[in-house]
Amino acid sequence: MTIAVDPPKRGFRLSQLIYDTRYRSITIQVVALFLIAALLTFLIVNLVQNLHALGKDIDFGFLSSRAGYDINQMLIPYDNSMSHGRAALVGIANTMLIAVLGCIAATIIGVLAGVLRLSKNWIVARLMTVYVEGFRNVPLLLWILLIYALFTESTPSPRDFGGDNPTASMWLFDTIAVTNRGVYIPMPVWGPGSTGLVVIFLASIVGIFAFRSFARKRQAATGQILPVFWVSLGLFVIPSLIAYYALGKPLSFSYPELGGFNFQSGLQVRNSFTALWVALSLYTGAFIAENVRAGIMAVNKGQSEAAFALGLRPNRTMSLVILPQALRVIIPPLISQYLNLTKNSSLAIAVGYMDVRATLGGITINQTGRELEGILLLAAFYLTVSLTISTVMNIYNRSIMLKER
Amino acid sequence: MTDTPDRESSYVRTAMLPPQTAPSTQVGAIRWVRENLFSSWLNAILTILSIYFVWTIVSSIYPWLANSVWDATSLTDCRAKMDERLGEGVRSACFAVISDRWQQLVFGFYPQNGYWRPPTALIVFLIAIAPVLFTQLPRKMLWFTMIAPILIFTLLWGGSIWAPISVALGFVVGFIAYRVIGSRFSALLAVLAAIILPILYWLTLSGTVNSALSAIAPIGLPYVESKDFGGFTLSIVIGLTSIMLSLPLGILLALGRQSNLFIINKVSVVFIEVIRGVPLIVWLFTAQLLLNYFLPKGTNFDLMLRVIIMVTLFSSAYIAEVIRGGLAALPKGQYEAADALGLDYWKSMRLIVLPQALKISIPGIVSSFIGLFKDTTLVAFIGMYDPIGLTGSIRASTDWNGVYWELYIFVGLIFFIFCFSMSRYSMYLERKLHRGNR
Repeated sequence: MTIAVDPPKRGFRLSQLIYDTRYRSITIQVVALFLIAALLTFLIVNLVQNLHALGKDIDFGFLSSRAGYDINQMLIPYDNSMSHGRAALVGIANTMLIAVLGCIAATIIGVLAGVLRLSKNWIVARLMTVYVEGFRNVPLLLWILLIYALFTESTPSPRDFGGDNPTASMWLFDTIAVTNRGVYIPMPVWGPGSTGLVVIFLASIVGIFAFRSFARKRQAATGQILPVFWVSLGLFVIPSLIAYYALGKPLSFSYPELGGFNFQSGLQVRNSFTALWVALSLYTGAFIAENVRAGIMAVNKGQSEAAFALGLRPNRTMSLVILPQALRVIIPPLISQYLNLTKNSSLAIAVGYMDVRATLGGITINQTGRELEGILLLAAFYLTVSLTISTVMNIYNRSIMLKER
Repeated sequence: MTDTPDRESSYVRTAMLPPQTAPSTQVGAIRWVRENLFSSWLNAILTILSIYFVWTIVSSIYPWLANSVWDATSLTDCRAKMDERLGEGVRSACFAVISDRWQQLVFGFYPQNGYWRPPTALIVFLIAIAPVLFTQLPRKMLWFTMIAPILIFTLLWGGSIWAPISVALGFVVGFIAYRVIGSRFSALLAVLAAIILPILYWLTLSGTVNSALSAIAPIGLPYVESKDFGGFTLSIVIGLTSIMLSLPLGILLALGRQSNLFIINKVSVVFIEVIRGVPLIVWLFTAQLLLNYFLPKGTNFDLMLRVIIMVTLFSSAYIAEVIRGGLAALPKGQYEAADALGLDYWKSMRLIVLPQALKISIPGIVSSFIGLFKDTTLVAFIGMYDPIGLTGSIRASTDWNGVYWELYIFVGLIFFIFCFSMSRYSMYLERKLHRGNR
């Protein structure tokens, strides 16, 4: 019988740091850490010296000093006597506005275009291919400028709407006017009691979600299918309508009207905003269309055939069999498209839309000379938004991911 | 009884009828239209809407394009010609702005007598890149690829040809050191020597070598400043340089993010996330406004170089994420097989993992490249004259004040051609490398 003998134990030798895989990783990491620390020290020492030489030590105090410039689109109250910090907040609100509206529009456009591109209809599929390839292969900046030029150069001036024989007319029963000074839309006027209306509207939305989850549970338990769509529609419309009349019509609209050389009343949506929004939505929509197409094509044909064999109708096949599987493929790239849209909204610089890059990263930096602080804050803002969106979406993604057991 | 049937009483067919043609609704164009355009009422509506849409666009744009004016020296001249040809007040496209200013759109402010240089550099680049892209070409061409950067640099920026050569000699020094010391002593010493000796060479000798060689044989081209670069020359120089540099960097970052070495992993993750989380335009402003703060006092290097560095870093983070996807998609067995064969980390990556992972990630890599090329237009905001920046300055001249569409169409078309051909190449590559379960 042999007895397993341990290899003779030898002391630790220095060469093991390089040749022994157990220790080599430590060596590599220590060297890497050292190099990175050296690089960072070099950069920071330079920074401190340079700033000191210029007499500009890092100081965020400028945020509370008077801004002194106007912003042409405000979601929160602001005037030029307020601080730079407040101006940055106005910019952040504008960025978020364009990002949220852009994501919604891009999703609608992208899903439509992606589905239509798979359509058996020859001409529709070709048109969508042209749209997708056209937008994907030309710089976004060019599209923004082009669409902006379309709005400012090819639309009638407000003066053309008036006079004895107007050359331009308003859209949708005289409620929307597209002019080279902006698009004028009806402005909601919130009368007394409108808070109640909003609360009831929000409550009915919550009700819709509650009903849907109830219907799903009921179906799982008893097999009965409730008419989800009609009940949802009813819940969406009826309570708000009743409340609207019960509260004495608290919400009304002020329509744009031509007065003198420009439109009075109504809400002016600046062309910079519209152009940026349209361009961002169309551009991102083209990318989303490709993701949607890839997602639908990734679902095996056998799945829809199996659903038909079980006797499911086409729309139920779509909603119960194809979409849940396609969504798993679509969601991750969709998230990164949303992030791209948010970051691309900084191209607002091309049309002069006052987003956070223009207020905090533009005028504030120019006025105060605080490039470093301004850009740091700007980067921190975008980074926060990106990380937040990707975290939230990753959680959602995990919830719909294939549960493997 | 006769064997011929009675013709009067009953009818029996004796000959086969020739096959009839299919109903007219089931053949040719009509069938195609029925199946592809009007298969259901929804499709019929969509078709009619699409045809109406296309007709509206074409009928409004076609006359504008068809009657375009190509020979004029200014917009007023152009309008006069339109009035003369088409009648008073009828407007059409004025592509004369392109024929008048195409040189500026292509070359920016590059000196006129040097217009041959950027295209030549592009041709040199294409010849150099060909053996990398198409494996059918002879391998010997790779030697040309090695010296091409020197040629391209001299062609574009000019100056003495010996300056880039004396810099490139550093790499030769490193290579020789690696070979000689690697064969005599240990591999580790060879790596160290291959890093330290070239640095020593660059710090001490390269300047002397350069001036000595320039004194002996003054070969070179007139020097062109970076700020004279513009138009598509600028886009292509920034785009191609960054593409070439960001791929290797992206691969390293992706490997770093996959690595189980804690520090390297975390550094890669932070780098990738920070770069990806912030828009390129903010990074470009950083390059323009802040980079000098982080360098020793008095260092002031070219804005174009700063932009190239920023664009490269930016795009390498995106490429790293694409490649990480490819690495993750690879079955674990491949890594284990490489380990089982006793390959070390770099060999297993180089021979087994990366070839497969890169193949999976080709579409993503190419679309990152397309994105990078499109993003080069953003340099317009930091005072460089890329094609879109130039459309602004052309419009600012008194001759062409008021021209929009023609310039945008021209610039957009050129970008479309470049990007579209890149995406087609990636499709070709995908098909060629496809070794799926056939």
